[in-house]
Amino acid sequence: MKTILTLNNLTKRFGPLTAVDNLSFKIEKGNVYGILGPNGSGKSTTLGMVLNVVNKTSGDFFWFDGNESTHNALKKVGAIIERPNFYPYMTAKQNLNLVCKIKNVKNAKIEEKLALVGLLDRKNSKFRTFSLGMKQRLAIASALLNDPEILILDEPTNGLDPQGIHQIREIIRKIAAMGTTILLASHLLDEVEKVCSHVIIIRKGVKLYSGRVDEMNASHGYVELKAENNDALISALENHTWFENIKLDPETNLVKAILTKPIEAENLNKMLFEKGIILSHLVKRKESLEQQFLELTKQNA
Amino acid sequence: MLRLLNIEFHKLKYSRSTKVLSIIYFGLFTLIALFASIRFNILGLDFQLADQGIFNFPYIWHFNTYFASYLKIFLAIVIVSMMSNEYSNRTLKQNLIDGMSKKEFILSKFYTVLVFSVISTLFIFIVSLVLGLIFSDYTEFSIIFSDLEFMLAYLVKLIGFFSFCMFLGILVKRSAFALGFLFVWWIFESIVIGILRFQIIGDSAKTAAITQFFPLESMANLVKQPITRLNVVQSAANQLQTDIISDYAVHWYQILIVLAWTAIFVWGSLKLLKKRDL
Repeated sequence: MKTILTLNNLTKRFGPLTAVDNLSFKIEKGNVYGILGPNGSGKSTTLGMVLNVVNKTSGDFFWFDGNESTHNALKKVGAIIERPNFYPYMTAKQNLNLVCKIKNVKNAKIEEKLALVGLLDRKNSKFRTFSLGMKQRLAIASALLNDPEILILDEPTNGLDPQGIHQIREIIRKIAAMGTTILLASHLLDEVEKVCSHVIIIRKGVKLYSGRVDEMNASHGYVELKAENNDALISALENHTWFENIKLDPETNLVKAILTKPIEAENLNKMLFEKGIILSHLVKRKESLEQQFLELTKQNA
Repeated sequence: MLRLLNIEFHKLKYSRSTKVLSIIYFGLFTLIALFASIRFNILGLDFQLADQGIFNFPYIWHFNTYFASYLKIFLAIVIVSMMSNEYSNRTLKQNLIDGMSKKEFILSKFYTVLVFSVISTLFIFIVSLVLGLIFSDYTEFSIIFSDLEFMLAYLVKLIGFFSFCMFLGILVKRSAFALGFLFVWWIFESIVIGILRFQIIGDSAKTAAITQFFPLESMANLVKQPITRLNVVQSAANQLQTDIISDYAVHWYQILIVLAWTAIFVWGSLKLLKKRDL
């Protein structure tokens, strides 16, 4: 598999603050990556470093096979970070023409990309007349002009209204379906969950997890149970090897137990019934990315 | 180089303020020339500026370059804002992300400075040539094309000054503040020169030997004031029995000093940009 970006112990310090701490990961071609982390966790700084706008303190990174200078490699990358930045006095088309000149590519694809993000009818409007959602879509069109090897998006839905968020996500999905590698930084978990195949979780500049989204939690999920006699239920669970970490939630009066094996709900119900416990509530759940994320960031607090 | 110029001119050509300022700049050039050639009739007194010998070759090269250089402030605004707008629009960041190197970015700006300076010089050359051909008392080929070093001095002066503006634009990041800084720097230099001249050294020649290395002073030295060279003023001075002896010539070392400042400003802009996190 072709590697697009490699980070080796990349570190950035702003005075006493370490924004990115010995971060290492690889981006392979064809996957959709999410960089996940709370606000201020170093996502944007990391992207800033690999995109040549923030100076690294130590460590290194290289694009593709590392034989090219960063700025030349960036001509094959499409990226938007934080807010969309264009010249306010130019029209959408003039702005994209300028990007073509900088990237050294033909301007033949401008209309095609404007159509992809649904801005073709506004191509001759000045950038300053655009709404935030339109600006963001123009930024995506601009990032796609060179048919990039990888598309980097930093908080692409930040500050947008629900409709705008939906539009951007549709566009991202469309692009991902075309086989473009995407690196998406976000603090919104459902965004990453919906779009990404791989995830890198960072907190305070330290990498907590990197790998496939679906392999993130090796556990088999958990069950929520309730019976007339919760004490008997708990002791029955505690004496069984299927469960661990058994807790009673005092608010809902539900017993929560983590499964140690893949157990079917029917088998579990049958087992408890045979022990004389009749359940009034049985739900088997997989933890959502959000819970896993909170779990991960809590453990390392 | 052409690619970088092409990029920068794409940015400039759609900007209304750039267009307006450039038109004012080149418009004023021509207007001043026209104004000088108008014949005034004040209280029956026939007066024409052109008759005072200001458009005589080769003096016109000196006179026009000196007065035209006051107009450079209009282009200075263009230069400063083309730097600082990249910060305020955050387009500098986007340019770098799109695959421009920091060096290319500075070079594209510096090439633009060169082009503006060359065009201004060509413009003043043509305006002076036309005015001279109309009004000059001497139109011999050898006289017309003497003293042309003022053209070179003017070119170097503009390049130096605009590089200074470019550096300030990067340093201060806001166009209004950068222009303010330029003004404050000019006052600062004048005060320092004044103190050196009257308080510390007390001798104008020795002071000049030091102050010629100041950035703005070195640029001002390239084309010195031409008024005292006028026949009218000279004869008036003779009647008052005072001699005005000034060194009007353009010296090679003065050109060198300004070129050194230019190099420092361009290099400083690049260093500043490389050091900064955007």
